[in-house]
Amino acid sequence: MFARKSDGFFTALLAGGVLLGLMFADAAISQRLDLDSVRRRREVVRVLTLTDLCLFTEARYTRHPSMADLHAPFQEHPMSLEHFPSGAVMAVPPHLNRRESAPRTQR
Amino acid sequence: MSTMGALEKQRYLLDFSLSSLGRRKGKNIALVVVYTFVIFLLASVLFFTHSLKKEASLILRDAPEITVQKLAAGRQELIPAHYIDSLERIRGVQSVAPRLWGYYYDALSGANYTLMVNGALKDRAGEIIIGNGVSRRSATGKRSRSLRKNDIIPFKTYDGSVLTLKVKGLFSHASELTTSDLILVSETDFKKIFSIADGQATDLVLQVRNSKELATIGAKITQLHPDTRSILREDILRTYDVVFDWRGGVIILVLSSAFFAFIILAWDKATGLSAEEKREIGVLKAIGWETSDILLMKFWEGAAVSLSSFFLGIILAYLHIFLASAMLFEPVLKGWSVLYPEFRLTPYINGYQIAVLFFLTVIPYTVATIVPSWRSATIDPDSVMRM
Repeated sequence: MFARKSDGFFTALLAGGVLLGLMFADAAISQRLDLDSVRRRREVVRVLTLTDLCLFTEARYTRHPSMADLHAPFQEHPMSLEHFPSGAVMAVPPHLNRRESAPRTQR
Repeated sequence: MSTMGALEKQRYLLDFSLSSLGRRKGKNIALVVVYTFVIFLLASVLFFTHSLKKEASLILRDAPEITVQKLAAGRQELIPAHYIDSLERIRGVQSVAPRLWGYYYDALSGANYTLMVNGALKDRAGEIIIGNGVSRRSATGKRSRSLRKNDIIPFKTYDGSVLTLKVKGLFSHASELTTSDLILVSETDFKKIFSIADGQATDLVLQVRNSKELATIGAKITQLHPDTRSILREDILRTYDVVFDWRGGVIILVLSSAFFAFIILAWDKATGLSAEEKREIGVLKAIGWETSDILLMKFWEGAAVSLSSFFLGIILAYLHIFLASAMLFEPVLKGWSVLYPEFRLTPYINGYQIAVLFFLTVIPYTVATIVPSWRSATIDPDSVMRM
């Protein structure tokens, strides 16, 4: 198919580069097309005064991580360890870990 | 040597390297497959977390400016509505509104719903508006279709009775990332389901005149009511910026296992060449190849393997995350959830991510292929061939 092996390699490299370029073009087009739905989602958040994304519905502290307190993952007992799988995927919201002098957010 | 001559020399070296790779076809194909998978995994995690964070930062920009919760023994509890008067008197506060919301476990479907009171349903007790996830999950049992307008959902109230509410609307599919498990109810029905007395709210949301004063107002609230805590909008935004941080949680486990697999791969290369490869270097040196030519040949070998894997891995990761809706991550994200939102992420990718992947994978691998060759190429060809 190719006279030299390097011709095939360069063609494959070029095809890879073009596909990478197409990937960026697709991302740019999708972002533009989704502008309207992002605006609508934002409006839903504003009107309904929502605070979190609905990603995990198994536990209340992963359904609304920004509203959770540090004790929520430990349920009703000090020895009841945090056990929901989504708790392993997420990091602790930074405002729960903040050590500050001003008593703005109680831990 | 002219530029054309130098380029032609590189092409001949590349031709030779590709033929050399072709002689060990099975081994090299296996190498490309493993290498592609490592890059695919790394790129998938990077694309997914970045797009989710970007999406959260865009849509939660209009989240409540300050949310005030009441705490009792470290837990959140209902806040008395009379707190509203004192909060409204704080300079800079524009409005204070109570929010009534909570979680309802539906024993029929086994799913958890978020119930929230909505002002639009004030005089429409008995009616609800539901998210797409709720419509899918409530259609269990004998019914195989999703819930539609005018269907009913029974709710078991906290006093033991059953309250049936009629679906009067569904959220659009586009808003599923925020409303999938949401059920909007009237205040009367909410209080009936959870037996909540009048004059109480789940939390209070504040609007302020100047967003620069948020932190100051937050501090004033805690001073005024030490049993409360306030969550600012920037806290919510930062939560989603950090929550899917690739350096935390199980994500670091996925990334580190992929990275260690890659280290083993590179280590295998760097600790030495096979006897066949060493003999090949010996023969090439014996017939007059310079050490630099051998290194260049090995460089082209490494570059061919790593560049092909790099392009393949990144393109497959893009298709996986943005076209196949992160299919492979679904079991991890679902966990024990019965209700799971079906959403398609908008692709937010940038050159920085591609550069990070390139420098983490292609460069180390290419270097790892050159080092052992340099060691073999600098010793006497006769002794290399006798090895």
